[in-house]
Amino acid sequence: MPNLVIIGAGMAAGRLVERMSTAPGWHITLFNAEPRGTYDRIMLSPVLAGEKTYQQIITHDAAFYEDRGVTCRFGERVTSIDRTAKTVTGEEGMPVPYDKLVIATGSNPFMIPLPGHDLDGVIAYRDLDDTERMMSLDAGQKAVVIGGGLLGLEAAAGMHARGVDVTVVHLMGHLMERQLDEAAGNLLRKDLVSRGIKVLCSTNSQKVLGEDGKVRALLLDNGTELPCDLLCMAVGIRPNTALAAQAGLDMGKGILVNDQMQTSDPDILAIGECVEHNGAIFGLVAPLFDQAEVAAQTLLGQPAAFANRETATKLKVTGVNLFSAGDFAHADDREDIVFRDPKAGVYKRLVLQNDRLIGAVMYGDTADGAWFHGLIKDKTDISEMRDTVIFGPGFRGGGALDPMVAVAVSLADRNGRPTTRHNAPHQRGAPARARRAAAALKAA
Amino acid sequence: MDGTGTPSIRSTCPYCGVGCGVILRPDGVGGLTVDGDPDHPANKGALCSKGLALGETLSLDDRLLAPKMHGTQTTWDHALTTVANRFSEAIAEHGPDSVAFYVSGQLLTEDYYVANKLMKGFIGSANIDTNSRLCMASTVAGHKRAFGTDTVPGTYEDLDEADMVVLVGSNLAWCHPVLYKRLAAARAARGTKVVVIDPRRTATCDIADTHLKINPGSDVALFNGLLKHLANTGTLDQSFIDAHTEGFADALTMAEADTCRATGLPASQVAPFFMQFARTEKVITIFSQGVNQSTSGTDKVNAILNCHLATGRIGKPGMGPFSVTGQPNAMGGRETGGLANMLAAHLDLENPGHRSAVQQFWEAPAVAQSPGLKAIDLFDAVHDGQIKALWIACTNPAVSLPNAGKVREVIEKCPFTVVSDVTDQTDTARLADIVLPATGWGEKDGTVTNSDRTISRQRGALPAPGQARGDWDIFAEVGRRMGWHAAFDYASPAEVFREHAALSRIAGSFGRDFDISGLADITDAEYDSLAPVRWPVTATRTGGRFFGDGKFFTPSGKGRFVAVKSRVPAATPCEQYPFRLNSGRVRDQWHTMTRTAKTPRLSRHLAEPFLQIHPSDAATLGLQPADLVRVTSPSGTAILRALITPDAAEGAPFAPMHWTGETAPAARIGPVIAAATDPVSGQPETKAATVALERFAPAWYGFAVATADLSPDCAYWARMRTDAGWRAELAGTETPDCWTSFAHALFGLDTAPATVTDPRRALTRLAFWQDDILQAALFISAEPVEVARDFVADALGTPAKGLLAARPGEDMPDPGPTVCSCMSVGRNTLIDAIHASPGAALDQICTATGAGTSCGSCRPEVADLLQKYALREAAE
Repeated sequence: MPNLVIIGAGMAAGRLVERMSTAPGWHITLFNAEPRGTYDRIMLSPVLAGEKTYQQIITHDAAFYEDRGVTCRFGERVTSIDRTAKTVTGEEGMPVPYDKLVIATGSNPFMIPLPGHDLDGVIAYRDLDDTERMMSLDAGQKAVVIGGGLLGLEAAAGMHARGVDVTVVHLMGHLMERQLDEAAGNLLRKDLVSRGIKVLCSTNSQKVLGEDGKVRALLLDNGTELPCDLLCMAVGIRPNTALAAQAGLDMGKGILVNDQMQTSDPDILAIGECVEHNGAIFGLVAPLFDQAEVAAQTLLGQPAAFANRETATKLKVTGVNLFSAGDFAHADDREDIVFRDPKAGVYKRLVLQNDRLIGAVMYGDTADGAWFHGLIKDKTDISEMRDTVIFGPGFRGGGALDPMVAVAVSLADRNGRPTTRHNAPHQRGAPARARRAAAALKAA
Repeated sequence: MDGTGTPSIRSTCPYCGVGCGVILRPDGVGGLTVDGDPDHPANKGALCSKGLALGETLSLDDRLLAPKMHGTQTTWDHALTTVANRFSEAIAEHGPDSVAFYVSGQLLTEDYYVANKLMKGFIGSANIDTNSRLCMASTVAGHKRAFGTDTVPGTYEDLDEADMVVLVGSNLAWCHPVLYKRLAAARAARGTKVVVIDPRRTATCDIADTHLKINPGSDVALFNGLLKHLANTGTLDQSFIDAHTEGFADALTMAEADTCRATGLPASQVAPFFMQFARTEKVITIFSQGVNQSTSGTDKVNAILNCHLATGRIGKPGMGPFSVTGQPNAMGGRETGGLANMLAAHLDLENPGHRSAVQQFWEAPAVAQSPGLKAIDLFDAVHDGQIKALWIACTNPAVSLPNAGKVREVIEKCPFTVVSDVTDQTDTARLADIVLPATGWGEKDGTVTNSDRTISRQRGALPAPGQARGDWDIFAEVGRRMGWHAAFDYASPAEVFREHAALSRIAGSFGRDFDISGLADITDAEYDSLAPVRWPVTATRTGGRFFGDGKFFTPSGKGRFVAVKSRVPAATPCEQYPFRLNSGRVRDQWHTMTRTAKTPRLSRHLAEPFLQIHPSDAATLGLQPADLVRVTSPSGTAILRALITPDAAEGAPFAPMHWTGETAPAARIGPVIAAATDPVSGQPETKAATVALERFAPAWYGFAVATADLSPDCAYWARMRTDAGWRAELAGTETPDCWTSFAHALFGLDTAPATVTDPRRALTRLAFWQDDILQAALFISAEPVEVARDFVADALGTPAKGLLAARPGEDMPDPGPTVCSCMSVGRNTLIDAIHASPGAALDQICTATGAGTSCGSCRPEVADLLQKYALREAAE
């Protein structure tokens, strides 16, 4: 029976095991540095906000794996891979042989190397431990979050929901600049500020100030001190590649993989946030599941190829409706359709290229997000519905329009002759053709 | 009172010359419900879309409630004294012909009588003319030439008995819908043959067996050809000709010299019409503005009358020539003499015997000796400085007269102008020195005479708003203040009417037609309860037809043939102005829309002025449907929406006349029409201007709706009422830097709108909500704007989520543009109904949707849809 060893039990690994455990004939060993099974990391924010419990976000616990004959080595970090011997060695020291190895070590949060970043009370926002640390704050205590991206804002909103006095410090000019354009970012900022979260954009941090080895405040480079009981850095992730690098696998920003999710060693696959595929690294869950599916196929000897597809983002902050998908950078061959309703706090921007939707940003009303996402993924030609596309699928088949309704279709209708602009027998700028057509019409 | 305890008041509709009876019931909160009067002989309970919507036109929001001098409110006393003094001064300094009245076919007979008496008998000038000049003058002149008097020979009942009805220059279906309905019913019952003679295909053609699409202005050639045919085929009534007429030989000779070629019709179309006319004894020729509004209008009338005289088909049941008038009281105006070339009671200004009899009756100082200035000449005289004081009552010449641009300047230049009207929000009233608040329909008391000589009471059912007074009262008061106390000492319209009826006794004594002396002694109570009565009303005779007995009102007592020769319209198409512009009415609007534009229901049918143009002309011009077209004539220019349809005559596009500076300043047709007039009647030729057409290419097109009135500032706009506010079409030559600022100025708002922009397509949409209720929206596009207009207009005052999509969502059917105004049934609803019940007849579709079940004016349009979409179904 071939041995499959999987390092890491995050969401990608969980999906992979699910697939592999239904295929008979494999012995699976699952290492996880965290002393627990697989949980839905995306749902940590609702846990932080008190809207869900940890129990509710567990997707595959130890019992699940054991039922499927998986050997779980939770709480044990893998220390080395011996590609020659085809073994993996964990902290407990006994090498575990593999026929196939899947590295799913995920990513590490990036900690800004500010002076004082190692003080107690300076945390990232990555796992349940970080979440619990934030949850331990009492109402009225102060927290600073560095990073106004998806995770940072979820952390801020979650703590704020618990009564914590939160300030977000963001280096860029507007929040969530990777997912939102300036207009939507500003709407989001207004929204958060109106809830009582302080937001400082275009703001650089200089130093973490401490007292008795514990964080006391964040010093900004403009000299302002932001007192805090907890400092959360949520400024991005780095693929966790140390183990793979040590094993001599080819590296880019992450572990380089081909479309079959194989690393430079065909017996070693990698999936999840630790990989780099076609120059891309990954932070959202949808492509990770795709990778797990492809990896399972590859291991089972079936043809499959991973293709990165458009992903959509939603911010999981209750009451904030925000959606972002695709590419929305400005470019000469791109066209915008923009809807703004400042009173209702709604903003939508669609980015078009060659009559196809390539990006969508929405704020305040994201009901049509999935539909837009579909249009982007399917590269649907939207020229026929361009007038209403921003209003969503509910208007595709809406009442037919015609500029002639201004002037009595009923009059124009006499004799049932074509008289509307769209079926008129002639087009502007083609008088000769038009005359011929009109003559034909008359003859008829 | 009726059974419900609500007081019900019988009156008449203020629109066209059919003169339908209505029953008014005040709703107790300033409004009225309006129903057709089943007992009125003109309509027997039927009403058209305009009549049915009368109750919606009574809002006081633009009413003039107190006199104003130079825009500032003043007292009646001050205003009237000023008017009297300025007129008296002008007369003292420059003579009686230095003052003039320009009045209206909307005035009641009593109003007309007092104004005419004041001008012709006491001021001593005949400078009183009326907008009937634009409408009926050629018929008046033609009648007088042939009959000796302005007499309509027949009655509406004749329509029920005719075997053939020829409609010349009459879109009866839209302009006289209740008569049209009557004709359609007769046709259904007895197979009446209907012939429409009109350069364009109109809704009336829906019941036509034959449509002769003649060249504009060529009616004389056609009827001369008919006369020739009648002579050649021995269809003449030689004994009638010999015994009761004169001038036949000359008329026939002239006709023989004429040729039908001018009509542009092939013999294959003309011959069957001639033959049918020749062999049908009971034939009626209905004629209207297509005949009258022409430089050969009077000759056209006589060419028609000649054919009826030659066959003796006049004044007998089911036959005769029949002029249908455009205004409710054009006939009453003619009866009182309210035209510059008439005296009073169908008596002649030129006749010294008539003059002295009237002078004696009035105990007047100086009866006018010679005809006064007819409408066009009158405003020319103002221009020349001859008129020092001008009184315009109840009409809007700055819009409606030809060369209206000049008329506007002229009024502004006149040293002293008084306007009495229900509103000062008209293009004309804005130019006046003094505006006087007059009572309007629903408030006024008096009588009107319809197209078949039926005199009916118009009765007030509502109190006069503010300080408004009846027109008769205003004229009488000025007469008293000018020093003629006894002559203008009227206390009520009944008193005026009795005097008018008594005066007509003189006409009777001269052997004239208009004699209602039988009503001269009616009491106030009898006047109040006067039932519709057809004149004459004398001790010996009431109503009936004229001329069947061969007795005419000419000096010889014989009917006169008039030798006429066809003439082309005054302006000839040339390289610079190659098109001929036809003009006229649309179904749901009336004149300059001062009343009809108040009702959103009516404004839905055609919410924008347009140019109906033939596809081949459009192709030549590179026009697409919904483009804007610039219409240019030597006298002015207008911008109109292109409505491309084979209904229009090739080379002769059509534009409606209704839009004004208030509703669509760039789309006024008046300024485009040159002031050429008929040499006999003085009636302007408003259907044959020569024009150049070109596509008007604005930088942007717009559509706007707003709960409050909007003030567009752009090259083209046209606005209309909606249920909850206003809608407007817009177009501009320069794109504003900021559409939000433009919208703020347009709507008078300063809040932040919701917007959609698609810069590549120059598409911008803005909408304003207040407390989640839609206040205003603006749709801008580089192309004619695509919006579900009725849907958007109806969204005003509602939450209207998703409005900027400019159309209803999938789950909300769009009823489409309104076809049936009464029942608010849209085109899409009708098409759906037609699809849903294949093979259904018109009645079934109407019953299923409600369309055409009220006034029935839209039934031709429903029939068209049925034909089109039912056929399509069959073809699939």
